[in-house]
Amino acid sequence: MAERSFKAEVEHLRKGDGDVFTGEGILAITKALLENGVGYVGGYQGAPISHLMDVLADAEELMGELGVRFEANASEAAAAAMLAASVHYPIRGAVTFKGPVGVNVASDALANLSSSGVTGGALVIVGEDYGEGSSIMQERSHGFAMKSQFWMLDPRPNLPSITKAVKDGFELSEASNTPVMLMVRIRSCHVTGSFETRDNQRPPLTVAEAAANPQSDFNRVVLPPMSYLHEKDKIENRWPAAEKFIRDNKLNEFFGPEKAPLGIVVQGGMYNSVIRALQRLGLADIHGQTEVPLYVLNVTYPLLKDEFDDFCAGKEHVLVVEEGQPDHIEQQLGSYLYKLDRRVKLHGKDVLPMAGEYTGQVLLDGLTAFLKIAAPEMLPGAVRAPNAEAPAIPDLTQTVPIRPPGFCTGCPERPIFAAMKLTEQELGKHQITGDIGCHLFGCLPPFEIGGSTMGYGLGPASNAAFDGGGDKRVISILGDGGFWHNGLSTSIGNMVFNKSDSVAVIVDNYYSAATGGQDVMSSRAHNDTKSTNNPISKALKGVGVEWVRQIDRTYDVGKLREVLREALTTDYKGPKVIVASSECMLNKQRREKPKRNQAIRDGRRMEVPRFGVDADVCTGDHACIRLSGCPSLSLKRLDDPLRDDPVAHIDQTCVGCGNCGEVADTAVLCPSFYQADVVHNPTKFERWRAEKTGQIIRWLQDRRDAKRLRNEGVAT
Amino acid sequence: MNMVLPQKTPDARVEKIIKLAVMAVGGQGGGVLTGWIEAMARAEGYVSQATSVAGVAQRTGATIYYVEMAPKGALDPVFALAPAAGDVDVLIAAEMMEVGRAVMRGFVTPDRTTLIGSTHRALAVSEKMAPGDGIADADEVRAAAEIAAQHLILADMEGLAVGQGSVISASLFGALAGSGALPFPREAYEAAIRAGGKGVEPSLRAFAVGFDAAQGKLPETPQAPEEEVAPFRLVGPEKLQAEWATLVARADRLPEPVHDLALAGLAKVVNFQDCAYGALYLDRLDTVLARDDAAHDWALSAAAAKYIANAMAYDDIIRVADLKTRAPRLSHIRHEMRAGDENLLQLTEYFHPRAEEIAGLMPARLGAKVEASETWMCRLNRWFDKGRRLRTDRLPAFLMLHFLGGLKGYRLRTHRHALEVAHLEDWLRRCLAEVETDYALAVELVKCRRLIKGYSDTHARGLGKFDRVMDAADLLRGRDDAADWIARLREAALQDADGKALDGAIATVRSFV
Repeated sequence: MAERSFKAEVEHLRKGDGDVFTGEGILAITKALLENGVGYVGGYQGAPISHLMDVLADAEELMGELGVRFEANASEAAAAAMLAASVHYPIRGAVTFKGPVGVNVASDALANLSSSGVTGGALVIVGEDYGEGSSIMQERSHGFAMKSQFWMLDPRPNLPSITKAVKDGFELSEASNTPVMLMVRIRSCHVTGSFETRDNQRPPLTVAEAAANPQSDFNRVVLPPMSYLHEKDKIENRWPAAEKFIRDNKLNEFFGPEKAPLGIVVQGGMYNSVIRALQRLGLADIHGQTEVPLYVLNVTYPLLKDEFDDFCAGKEHVLVVEEGQPDHIEQQLGSYLYKLDRRVKLHGKDVLPMAGEYTGQVLLDGLTAFLKIAAPEMLPGAVRAPNAEAPAIPDLTQTVPIRPPGFCTGCPERPIFAAMKLTEQELGKHQITGDIGCHLFGCLPPFEIGGSTMGYGLGPASNAAFDGGGDKRVISILGDGGFWHNGLSTSIGNMVFNKSDSVAVIVDNYYSAATGGQDVMSSRAHNDTKSTNNPISKALKGVGVEWVRQIDRTYDVGKLREVLREALTTDYKGPKVIVASSECMLNKQRREKPKRNQAIRDGRRMEVPRFGVDADVCTGDHACIRLSGCPSLSLKRLDDPLRDDPVAHIDQTCVGCGNCGEVADTAVLCPSFYQADVVHNPTKFERWRAEKTGQIIRWLQDRRDAKRLRNEGVAT
Repeated sequence: MNMVLPQKTPDARVEKIIKLAVMAVGGQGGGVLTGWIEAMARAEGYVSQATSVAGVAQRTGATIYYVEMAPKGALDPVFALAPAAGDVDVLIAAEMMEVGRAVMRGFVTPDRTTLIGSTHRALAVSEKMAPGDGIADADEVRAAAEIAAQHLILADMEGLAVGQGSVISASLFGALAGSGALPFPREAYEAAIRAGGKGVEPSLRAFAVGFDAAQGKLPETPQAPEEEVAPFRLVGPEKLQAEWATLVARADRLPEPVHDLALAGLAKVVNFQDCAYGALYLDRLDTVLARDDAAHDWALSAAAAKYIANAMAYDDIIRVADLKTRAPRLSHIRHEMRAGDENLLQLTEYFHPRAEEIAGLMPARLGAKVEASETWMCRLNRWFDKGRRLRTDRLPAFLMLHFLGGLKGYRLRTHRHALEVAHLEDWLRRCLAEVETDYALAVELVKCRRLIKGYSDTHARGLGKFDRVMDAADLLRGRDDAADWIARLREAALQDADGKALDGAIATVRSFV
């Protein structure tokens, strides 16, 4: 079950003609898909479109009513491949994944799809994970559109524009027989707003009806000589058709005065940020009425030469606002101007930075720099000649610590990395590769386990150079999400086939946890529409891994260390795979906590565990924290003039996972940890026994206290 | 062609856009807070747009939510999707270092920003990992915030909310209302919470205390915790109290800069052992005082008062067993775990004794022999070296620890005690040897005792660092900056567990001596 439920919001997807929808961007996209008669949808979760997958999953019932097929694809490649349904059949299909990593994975299918061409509209909704909050390398998806010849929409980030782009995308795709990528940036996925809805449309041809009347045409298959014809078709027919559609339907927009000596070309997605910079310079009003002409590229590929040329007519300076690099758009526009022999001066990455997110300040600075060149008289006086010095604010860069993401409180992956760190202390440092998923946090302090991540499911594969083994076996990490996405074949199959003498640790937390807790094949939960409960260890055996160790409670740090030691030292030469399984604590708490509270209310016996630290016993060395990093295990300063350093302290957010105690025990740290189980609704016998025990204990304590001096305070 | 576009008067309505950013740590409920603000703005006739960056930042990382709003007009305004430096009207930071981060990023400016921050700390891993005190300086952040913000509201919003059985998003929402930064009445805020429908009553209570906090009305003390007992107040039978009074009278005669620490130290060692041990502590302190003088403001003795006490109250099995079986501990844990009278409490202690601890508990000569014998140490490890979970709410485990905790009468004859005394005396001797030639160096060497802490391996590592810093005195002796360097080495030793910083610092010392 996913982290966030959209069950309530999904009801808004039933709105019809004339209603107003108010909510998040991703929900609006889903609504637009249904309004445009989509026949099938699919995708693979990942920020920033994880929630779009969750919305689709929660809307499955509604889609069923409309005859729309929903598939939670095994990977982005599987999702893109599903669009093959639109090659021969006039059915609209949409899939979603994150860019550019998802696009990388999907690129094979996208290239073939683009070559074949489509009959029904094919839409790839890509959540471009670029800029602050991104979890991946900073690249653009734009290059894929250029190389495979599919079209790219980058609509203005408001709900009416985004939903219109869904409609435009399908129509453009059908008009040009080409798949279309609809790019939404991180913030536009989660931006809130309103738009007027239309009735949902049943697809004119459902996938079920299509499958009942199969069609094929070998001309669409990517094989020579047809593939050569596809390439020609792209250039001679599909591209001009797309340009015509874009021009005729005015997909790109113009704002501001028609005549001006300067103008700005901007990606649709950057429109709001540019307007804000103009607003701050006094050159645009609250509604975006601008003094500087804007040419807004809601379609960033292909670029229309004549439309751009018309925009440039009469202008001396034109600025291109294009986030990210390479500067594909600026290069293309520059080339157009050169070939047309125009005199207009083209600006872009000269006044704006080549790399990095175009934040408010970056755009304000960039536009100011551009205006200083192009039209200094337009700038407000304060910019031209600032007279007041801003007060100096103390520099806090040395004070404020960075706060990278880390394992949640009670995370079952923490003890795995604690065990690996203890193994490292015992057997020395090993060559370790990481993978994509929450477990990649293990490479950050305090664990610092692992030094690379090459892609989803590629952890073991990226250790392949060391497959031959040696004095010290190498270790790789793989998550359950990555295992089913790509890892089983690319990593595990690779290990088996090459007789790898290395160790792989599969971190199985029952979900695709980092993307929001979606189910995967090995999830232990029952899922009405998906097949779960397919054990990873069974799959391993199936592909020929003989040395498999299944651990069903990752919190047992001692056992994990023992198994790791065995894997690293055994005489067995083939691949050694450890499956370390425990449920994601976020998901577990979400499920168990309400049940537990209900049980307590109902008067049933319930133990609630939590850990604590005896501050008097803790010496403030923090060795426990270096093997944990748990948010609930923190520090506090004691009000004791004899103590220099803060002591460990466990706050009330502790979920009693047991890692602290296990680590203190396995690493022989210190006796400060205790586990306190609060028993709710204890039995009568328990109560009686506790009372008697308490009496004896108190008698013993009183007897001793009568004979000694003591400090009655407990360090708190 | 070459027309000039004059600068126009800026649109006054642009200034009416309210820009509000929330900087939180993942898991703090920033989304709920943002949802309330947005819903309230819409209900009050404003157009509002919110954005957030979900993703791995939710997992304990830093994360930003952003809201813009403006009075509803015929046309929709164009809002930005992210906060810009110098262009934020209200900044809500849900943790003290996030306050700092907001200031650092330029989101707080004196011309416009109302800054609402929670002073509580969610420590970053880098702060918690250091073997010493790595906690960032909140006062620096506060000072910067005071300069950067136009209107500053700082309070422990987390504590206030938890005190009401709620979460920080509610108290921050209250503080936002109390700040008056938004043009909405208090009722509008409360209506938004009610409309949200989840945990309404606790949220409203937390909202109210947040509101008051923003208006400078902090509740008395949140709730009086259990009676705090001053660390140097001892209780016990009358006869012993008289002995204690004699010791206190002796301590009271110490010079003023030494007095408080000596009293605390005295209480610590008497609590650890008995009054005779306390007298021994004062004797040891006297040997230091005899070499010290008022001209140095008794700095050496003050440091010695602190660290001799710590050295004498070492962490052995007897001390741990005693602390774990004392009566006040149980009531403290019950309070901390919020166990009511209707609940039972099960307590599991995590122990892992090693051969060293067992040998340490033996009589001095036997223990020394055993520890020197590999066969015996292996044997002891085989018998004892494993993790033990002791249920101290049950009699068998309690009795065992109670028995061990009662071995004080025997403690001074143990092998461990002999080791500790030898170590202490050696350390003091080495420190005092420097007094006449380099007083400051002697003081710094005394303070190196801080490096010894932890149990088992950690303790051994601490001892190793202690030795290396002490040995560095031999390199530095005679230099004007010897004391400074020892202080620097000590700080370096506290920076990381493996002693990398210390290695570097010692290498530097070697390069110039």
